[in-house]
Amino acid sequence: MSTTVQPTKPWKASTQDRLIDFSIFAGSLLASYLIVEVTPMKGKLALFAVFFLVYMFLTAALKGLQRGNAAAKDALVNSLVAIGAIVTVIPIGSILFTVLQKGLPGIKPSIFTHDMSMATPTDPLTNGGLLHAITGTLTLVALALVMSVPIGILTALYLTEIKGRFIGPIRFLVQAMSGVPSIVAGLFILSAILYPITKSYSGFMGALALTILMIPTIARTSEEVLNLIPNDLREAGVALGGTQWRTVAMIVLPAAKSGLITAVILGVARIAGETAPILLLTGGGDRVNPNAFNGPMGSLPYYIWKSFNAGSPEAITRAWAGLLVLVGLVLILFTSARYLGSRKGAK
Amino acid sequence: MATPTPREISTEPRRSDKVFRSVVTAGGLSSLVILGLIALFLGYRGFEVLRQEGIGFITHADWSITTDDAGNVTESHFGLSAMLVGTIMCALVAVVIALPISVFSALFLNFYAPGWLKKFLVAIIDMMAAFPSILFGIWGFLVLMPSVEYWAKLIHRYLGWIPLFDLQVPVFTRSPFVAGVVLAIMIIPIITSVSREVFSQAPLDRIQAAYALGATRWAMIKAVVIPHGRSGVIGGAMLGLGRAMGETVAVFTVLNIVFQINWHVLLGVGGNVASLIILKFGDASPYEIKALMAAGLVLFLLTLVVNAGANAIVKRTGKSGR
Amino acid sequence: MSNTPESENTMETAVRPSSLADVASSHNKVPGTRALGTGLETRGVHAWFGKHHALADINLDFAAGTVTALIGPSGCGKSTFIRTINRMHEFIPGAAMAGEVLLDGKDVYAPGTDVTKIRLQIGMVFQKPNPFPSMSIGENVLSGLKLAQLKVDNKDDLLEECLERAGLWNEVKDRLGAHGGSLSGGQQQRLCIARALAVRPQVLLMDEPCSALDPGSTLRIEETIRHLSDTMTIVIVTHNMQQAARVSDYTAFFLSDGGPGQMIECAPTSDIFSRPQDQRTENYVTGRFG
Repeated sequence: MSTTVQPTKPWKASTQDRLIDFSIFAGSLLASYLIVEVTPMKGKLALFAVFFLVYMFLTAALKGLQRGNAAAKDALVNSLVAIGAIVTVIPIGSILFTVLQKGLPGIKPSIFTHDMSMATPTDPLTNGGLLHAITGTLTLVALALVMSVPIGILTALYLTEIKGRFIGPIRFLVQAMSGVPSIVAGLFILSAILYPITKSYSGFMGALALTILMIPTIARTSEEVLNLIPNDLREAGVALGGTQWRTVAMIVLPAAKSGLITAVILGVARIAGETAPILLLTGGGDRVNPNAFNGPMGSLPYYIWKSFNAGSPEAITRAWAGLLVLVGLVLILFTSARYLGSRKGAK
Repeated sequence: MATPTPREISTEPRRSDKVFRSVVTAGGLSSLVILGLIALFLGYRGFEVLRQEGIGFITHADWSITTDDAGNVTESHFGLSAMLVGTIMCALVAVVIALPISVFSALFLNFYAPGWLKKFLVAIIDMMAAFPSILFGIWGFLVLMPSVEYWAKLIHRYLGWIPLFDLQVPVFTRSPFVAGVVLAIMIIPIITSVSREVFSQAPLDRIQAAYALGATRWAMIKAVVIPHGRSGVIGGAMLGLGRAMGETVAVFTVLNIVFQINWHVLLGVGGNVASLIILKFGDASPYEIKALMAAGLVLFLLTLVVNAGANAIVKRTGKSGR
Repeated sequence: MSNTPESENTMETAVRPSSLADVASSHNKVPGTRALGTGLETRGVHAWFGKHHALADINLDFAAGTVTALIGPSGCGKSTFIRTINRMHEFIPGAAMAGEVLLDGKDVYAPGTDVTKIRLQIGMVFQKPNPFPSMSIGENVLSGLKLAQLKVDNKDDLLEECLERAGLWNEVKDRLGAHGGSLSGGQQQRLCIARALAVRPQVLLMDEPCSALDPGSTLRIEETIRHLSDTMTIVIVTHNMQQAARVSDYTAFFLSDGGPGQMIECAPTSDIFSRPQDQRTENYVTGRFG
């Protein structure tokens, strides 16, 4: 008798298993609903928490009865890690949802063409806009980029190419620098440059503080990227009679290009929404100011901060709209960093 | 056979290489220079206040400045202790909440989630780490606070007999607990990605060996992954602690800043050093600015110590792990 | 040293060789019969990695226009040895060496030597093909000129010549602008050979150039090596004894008995495979490795 053998996947859950899982799920939903009804605990959060606890103990008990102690613990941890992931994701969902919901009403074409020089945050939304904030943020980011990219990449090159005597201390210091609170960076620029030298608020002061915050992000990500460049390539360059400088400039850096761009974008995402040093240093003007070295300069975080603290419903809507623009900016940056990063992997 | 002594290899780099190496080394040393300058300038500006207040700067709780009509300072008290207690308490609440959640979600990502889900979750968790802190602050104040208050009331009702959760006046809004929860949400992505990193370095052969011995998934994790990643996770938690201690805007938005040492997490009274600086900066006299500089120095040193600890711990895993 | 010319250098036979010794003897060359300048010599070369003494007292002559194969088990210092020749050894932290490497009678380790010049004269092909990822095929071949800032009059001619010598011209002549990574592994390795040829080295070091390739690609590379040996000195490290027999004029056997690696025996390739002087060599080449 000849039979064709059907492929099976015996490790997949059977119908019976699924039925049991589903009935536990439904049962614990019911039980948690009843518990919330009869006890003083109220609200969706309580329902969620009680449901989770009931579900966790029911599955654990069932597995325990079926297969013993180890399986019960395993089931318990299954539920715990799932809840860990859910609890991690819920705030992200909530934040994105809130920003969209509350920010969209404040998004009007006119806000991208007007600044706040003729308006106050409590005015109706048809007055004024955040043009000055967007141009200000872009100026700040551009200035910070110009200063931090060379330093960040040189630091990474020191760690991966020169591998000099200070490699341990510098790696630690870069790490320590990434932990410097943004307000401390702001105070430092205030004490070292703004008070003794320029004596006035300007965009450039803010950009200096952002540079300090951006260097470690760029340096650390670039170091990782450069470490991925196979040593073979460096050796091949040197074996062809290249000096170290030409090997790095012609082979190592071009090979790491997309990764380095990712590093820079991550650095920008890190600082684009930075608020504390901006509050200390830029002076937050209300009109478009193209000169970063003279006069107060607005920026998205400052605009959001000012509007939020003004407190009226219009102002709060302005703040949310500003947040939506800012989050949109961060999302775009982040997605392009991811895209570039993944393209490099595919190559 | 006699072994000769190694000869000196004299590599005389070309001039272009010498220039290259010194430029790169100079760039590499910039982090040292910047950190040194930060400590130097904040110390220099804050020196006068630090000398006048002495140890009281970190042990006293009052922050007041009196000026006469001419604007001269007649009397001043600068004490950071309330703010330091607040800083540490908010940050600890944040880490206590964030650590288990992060570890569980890192385990989920590495060992439970199917590939597509893992990719998706890693992307959005990393993205969350790049969200601006002002967003967390405003969202925390307007959206999260009501839910957290609800939990705070529950904790107070059932666990109020623990001194930490006790409070005389039932003011639950804007408490260190609320701030701690917001900070926890901010640092979960950080701790999660560090933990995920160390868990993913757990040796595959040992994982398979554990499974082959009949271990359940949890038993495998307990036997192989946790011992491997333990100190890495602690290091990640300390990085999160450092971030939480230095956070300014989110805490300022959420917390009710009062100069009073408050050990009751649920009570709506608190503060942290960074938010103090933002609070007082706007209308501070030149002398008070110096006090703020000194406060910045204290915060800087505090985060430096925490980060050094984190670094040392993470490094130790790196060595024992491979 | 046993670099004595082999008198009974036989003519090519039509019969397919049946043993390694036969393969080797079928295309032996007499050193010194071609005027290509004087060759490469090593005098008492030792190498260390930190405290670890990796290589002891290697004396070898590489006559111009010959192919010398270095064989021996893993970890016997073959690769270390060829990396001391073009001064790639010193990139490893803690590395040290002793002895002399003479190129045209001049010590490459002499103080004041321009290392990059040495590496232009002594080219190298690595174990794994490593075309530069950011460059096209054509750019890869000419990359050495840019790296060393050399000027040539007609780049196109040089490009064609190098690819021709590396046996790759016909396969890539229509897509010189394509990405180096788009080639197969064997083609990539020949691209790396072409790249090394473009700076006109006098010696070419090959560190197990075929170990990452399939047998077909290996054969192509071996043909290329034989062609190249007309015009340059080649030193090849290989784990494959058939390969050593097929391509080389001389073979040196390296061995480490737990201590530093040593050169046990160097002789014309046919001698190494047919009548080795040392028992250990015989054990190794006959597969009875002890």
